[in-house]
Amino acid sequence: MYHDMRTLCTTRLLLQKKEIKVSEVVEECLDNIRQTEPDIRAMLHIREEQALEEAREMDRQGPDNEKPLWGVPMTIKDVICTRDIPTTCGSRILENFVPGYDATLVQRLRQAGAIILGKTNMDEFAMGSSTENSALQTTSNPWDLSRVPGGSSGGSAASMAAGQSLGSIGTDTGGSIRQPASFCGVVGMKPTYGRVSRYGLVAFGSSLDQAGPMTLSVPDSAAVLNVISGHDPLDSTSSNAPVPDYLDALEKRKDLHGLRIGLPRQYWEEKMSPEVDSACKKVLETIREAGARTVPVDLPHVQHGVASYYIIAMAEASSNLARFDGVRYGYRDQEARELLDMYRRTRSRALGEEVQRRIMIGTYVLSAGYYDAYYKKAAQIRRLIHQDFMQAFEDCDLLCSPVVPSTAFRLGENVDDPLQMYLTDIFTTSLNLAGLPGISIPAGLGHETGLPVGIQFMGPAFGEELLLQAAGILEQSLPALPFPAALKE
Amino acid sequence: MNIDKEYVSRIAALARLETSPEQAGKFAVQFRDIIGYMDSLNQVDTSGVEPFYSPSENMSVLREDETRKTCRRSEILANAPHHDGEYFIVPRII
Repeated sequence: MYHDMRTLCTTRLLLQKKEIKVSEVVEECLDNIRQTEPDIRAMLHIREEQALEEAREMDRQGPDNEKPLWGVPMTIKDVICTRDIPTTCGSRILENFVPGYDATLVQRLRQAGAIILGKTNMDEFAMGSSTENSALQTTSNPWDLSRVPGGSSGGSAASMAAGQSLGSIGTDTGGSIRQPASFCGVVGMKPTYGRVSRYGLVAFGSSLDQAGPMTLSVPDSAAVLNVISGHDPLDSTSSNAPVPDYLDALEKRKDLHGLRIGLPRQYWEEKMSPEVDSACKKVLETIREAGARTVPVDLPHVQHGVASYYIIAMAEASSNLARFDGVRYGYRDQEARELLDMYRRTRSRALGEEVQRRIMIGTYVLSAGYYDAYYKKAAQIRRLIHQDFMQAFEDCDLLCSPVVPSTAFRLGENVDDPLQMYLTDIFTTSLNLAGLPGISIPAGLGHETGLPVGIQFMGPAFGEELLLQAAGILEQSLPALPFPAALKE
Repeated sequence: MNIDKEYVSRIAALARLETSPEQAGKFAVQFRDIIGYMDSLNQVDTSGVEPFYSPSENMSVLREDETRKTCRRSEILANAPHHDGEYFIVPRII
């Protein structure tokens, strides 16, 4: 559980019982934004007036108990389309883009009564692990303003830690929900590929991308997942597997008795900072105290996860980002006299360096003569990694590992060495390759830096119920985090 | 493969990007690093392994091909850098 900030679940009950007004809740969030935003700069767009207006209208009409998020202010990562609200993807090329439609998940949130408070900062097109690749602004970690919030959903993570809203939606292509959640001390859930519709999510790696909740608590995560999950005819990869009630599921399990938690050797033996190692090992004790058995398991191919992931993600990105050509939306270079020149000048001027780097490497690995050596090879290893996970789940119910090898690093520390930045993703990318769900919850504060450390649970496809149950039980057993150190309370 | 400045410029052209000589030089160094790291996959024997392209493989989704009105033309065109109210306008093509 997080510090004494009121969670989404607590608030929504107060709202339904009319013990608090929607406009009061929105005002509280806006107050927190006003206080913390000058320090952390997590938001790209704030709907102050509109959100208050919506809140007052809801207060006039009274609670609608059919709507599970009635009156709950939320923020959305700026890679997800929101009707009439700018959606920039953290890029100059989309600086003035205003979608004419809502992403399916946004539509579902609105129908469930949520109020969209604003859009959060991110690495440009979700490419990065620190949010430093945002072309629009730099976000700071609420625990130490000289450090990164993680990425690419760093705006959502920092915003949640600062109490700017009651829930946020991030996206996770190779760890972009779980890693910033770990760095900022919040709960980040990456659902199974296909659990949440990707319609309206600006694509980076289409076979990897998945949106999910970033919240202060595990029950909050379940409440949001209840709303955004489910089949969508507009996303052919969305699954029609039934959506259980994840909040109900939390009530059904009180301890971890009988559960086998697999500890992948390849992750636990990896080099990590002593404070991450000790904070995560303490969680293992808590897991055993809660009644679960921990068993060592092997994921023999995950050491190749980062290399396979970056080949596949960059290849898919190079295709997906071809649509940013200055024709239908966004920036266009006005000096070019002919079409091809317009494409090149537009893209080179308005896309950031990391995005161009990835498009180019993606183009390289897909080019004639290299396709088999890189893209096909990576896809074959992806199969082996998927098989590793399937094999591991023969011997255990869930997997547990650290999320990142360190606590939040300093702003600027990794910006000149892209490969070093990629290697911080070692514990997260394989899960996306396999399409499986994972959740990062705060394990505690590191004894060296005093910064949050996260721990990750991973489950079989569509195993979100058990994942949330286990995370929820542990959350109650682990010490609550205080209010982020760098923000004045 | 020796990735040098010229090679980087050729990849840039394929990707509809252009690089300054300084940027191409910097990218060449970084690409050698990154692609060199990716080459570590060659250690793994993958003969006979079927590639895994998507976690939702074997899903066939077919529907009737019907027209649906989802967005208004004016809303779509409002985001375009140049249009005439009906079409997107682009610079000379040939």
